[in-house]
Amino acid sequence: MLLTIRSLSKSFPGTRALDAVDFDLAAGEVHALLGENGAGKSTLIKCLTGAYSRDAGEIRLDGAPVSPASTSEAQELGIGTVYQEVNLLPNLTVAQNLTFGREPRRFGLIDGRAQADMAREMLRGYGLDIDVTRDLGSYSVAVQQVVAIARAVALSGKVLILDEPTASLDAAEVRMLFDVVRDLRDRGLGIVFVSHFLDQVFELCDRLTVLRNGQKITTERVADLDRVKLIGHMLGRELDDAIETAEHSPAAAQEAPEILRFEGIGRAGVVAPFDLSVRRGEVIGLAGLLGSGRTESAELLFGVRTAQTGTARDADGPVAHATPREAVRAGFGFAPEDRKTDGIVADLSVRENIILAMQARRGWTRPIPRAEQARLADEYIAKLDIRTSDAEKPIGELSGGNQQKVVLARWLAMNPRFLILDEPTRGIDVGAHAEILRLIRDMTDAGMSMLVISSEFDELVAAADRIVVLRDRRHTRELTGAEVATDEIVRAIAAADPREAAAS
Amino acid sequence: MTRTLRRILPQILTLAVLVALVSLFFPQFLSVDYQGGRLSGPVIDVLKRGAPVALLAVGMTLVIATRGIDLSVGTIMAITGATAAWALASGWGAAAAVLLALMAGLACGVWNGCLVALIGIQPIVATLILMTSGRGIAQLITEGRILTFTDPGFAWLGSGILLGLPVPVYIWVGTAIAVALLMRRTALGLLVESIGINRSASALAGINATVLLIAVYVASGLCAALAGIIATADIRGADANNAGLWLELDAILAVVIGGNSLLGGRFSVAASVLGAMIIQTIDTGILLAGFPSEYNLVIKAGLVLMVLLVQSPNLAGHWYALRRHVRRRREPAPSDRSAP
Repeated sequence: MLLTIRSLSKSFPGTRALDAVDFDLAAGEVHALLGENGAGKSTLIKCLTGAYSRDAGEIRLDGAPVSPASTSEAQELGIGTVYQEVNLLPNLTVAQNLTFGREPRRFGLIDGRAQADMAREMLRGYGLDIDVTRDLGSYSVAVQQVVAIARAVALSGKVLILDEPTASLDAAEVRMLFDVVRDLRDRGLGIVFVSHFLDQVFELCDRLTVLRNGQKITTERVADLDRVKLIGHMLGRELDDAIETAEHSPAAAQEAPEILRFEGIGRAGVVAPFDLSVRRGEVIGLAGLLGSGRTESAELLFGVRTAQTGTARDADGPVAHATPREAVRAGFGFAPEDRKTDGIVADLSVRENIILAMQARRGWTRPIPRAEQARLADEYIAKLDIRTSDAEKPIGELSGGNQQKVVLARWLAMNPRFLILDEPTRGIDVGAHAEILRLIRDMTDAGMSMLVISSEFDELVAAADRIVVLRDRRHTRELTGAEVATDEIVRAIAAADPREAAAS
Repeated sequence: MTRTLRRILPQILTLAVLVALVSLFFPQFLSVDYQGGRLSGPVIDVLKRGAPVALLAVGMTLVIATRGIDLSVGTIMAITGATAAWALASGWGAAAAVLLALMAGLACGVWNGCLVALIGIQPIVATLILMTSGRGIAQLITEGRILTFTDPGFAWLGSGILLGLPVPVYIWVGTAIAVALLMRRTALGLLVESIGINRSASALAGINATVLLIAVYVASGLCAALAGIIATADIRGADANNAGLWLELDAILAVVIGGNSLLGGRFSVAASVLGAMIIQTIDTGILLAGFPSEYNLVIKAGLVLMVLLVQSPNLAGHWYALRRHVRRRREPAPSDRSAP
């Protein structure tokens, strides 16, 4: 074995993040590390890379015990890591990034030409034909990802940890990345692959290890395992109830009364004017490729960007929604795509994050009594099954799925009539995924209307009563009834674009 | 209540240690006399002289909580002091002078707030504008002279006595309590912390971040105006060049000693005014201890550094590691011996 971990334990105040976990990594394999949010994947990786010091247990690399005290020490030992958010410097050139800290020198000064050569040498074999003297930030995330991998491999070269490397890549980019990873595996590296995308795990990995609640559940060969069994391992329960959300009753929603009507909402250079009618208790899906104007449409509706044209009306007349404050007052809610930068307020507690929007609407002069705050927090922690030691824990310390649930709780506590969810399940695990889909169902059954944006079409089909398809910042088609199906969405996106059709 | 106490405990302990240290060099430090209806003694002196920095620290705490900084407060003291002196010299009376000075402070705060919140200039740059140009405005008001006045009512605000204690003490303590209550008994404190931690998420939750940001700079301007009134009343004159000079830095230091992060978020007004008292105790203590005056600033620098080091969470981690290391060495483990 290249890397052997025996009974590794790590505790944080109030939680046991890792409980005597064993893990083996052979040279020349891709080993998936799976588990729900909070299962202990990140903690295990951080112990491996020296970001955390372990409480107990043993890590052996090539048979010798190691205990890296910092990420640079881990790198020197041969353990390199590439994170979802590329942690290189986008304002430096590719070559500078690749040779950072060990630049070739000439008379004490950095030798630019040798540096570029060195960078090209490092990138050879990755199938990447890029100009290494250009800024890293001018390339796509996928290219940056490969550059980060090249750097990690050159520095370390034994164990490569990929922490959700594909979360922000499109299908073609994922394919490119996988070619690189397979090539590295064939060169004899041991690769740890962390991902929420089970398809990718089945496509790429040789073995997988499932963690749950800080414990190792199983390590198996991927070929011997089917998907249902795997999800069972991850959740610790059967999947039946997790996929039950797919059934819905579009017919009922079709006949429900219209509560909101947007007409001609648009902004030059953002989204072309579009109409949208919202019925009571229905889920409208927004589908489209990245950059098609999905998020921008939501932002126009919620007043994050002010619409230049168009009107919104309900049964009582015009509705103002030019700023988020006005939108909130009109009974809208918006859980944004990037919950770290736009959703959570990291240093505030779970309780404060839940009551934040409600407090903002009441105004500063009417504070919500502390007892009422605690009651609301406890109610939603129980209702949404938010995993936290208590309501006073800073939300930044929760896992991604639980943070998302707190952001949802913030809006549900307001009981909005129209809730916009932008990628509500991005970057969260299978279990929380199913719970959030079920929540969407429960809320719409109670009469709330929703607009859901997702790049996972299966998920949209499962959740939505009808789907609006976007292309090139334009609402091009609306799918209703039997048309709500994955292949129909794909066809609508493809057919709507004559240029693309001509090109392919 | 216990949570508040736990929050300000480090500052209280620091202050206690400092008082003990000063008493070592100047044993009468804690003695208080009662003569002719007024309390006097070094402690009363600290409470009175610390008033301007304590007032500035109250406003500065709020600004820093929003991840901003207000470099212009010392200059606002000069402007408001000059305004008050001008009003008195023009025969307006004490009440009108106070009101006019507060209006000037408010106007300065609105100016800073608009630059930061509406135009989006970085706080340090936005307030630097008023910091450097404001003394010019103050000089225009005083016409380049030191404007003196004799109004006893106004002078009372700086050097008067009420129930045995100097009036400035009531002003800063009252302001600090009023602001702390306003923040914690309403939702303002939470909203201010929220926009300091994550402005865009707060705006999406429906918080009016723009208005709140302007409001904290206005609060800072008003606190500076109070400090300016006290300083002017104390010397019965407005000195546009020297009033409040460099006090913005002492105010920031007080907020930092109060354990508030310059990155915004959680704040404690009580801890900040304790920070101001710590600074004033150091200043007064050095004088009383009788060191040659050329040593004063060096000793102050050393003490401030010590206070900050002791409070540093980073250092606490190192302490812990060091203690563990020492303990481990005392009980030699077999693996340690076998190591080369």
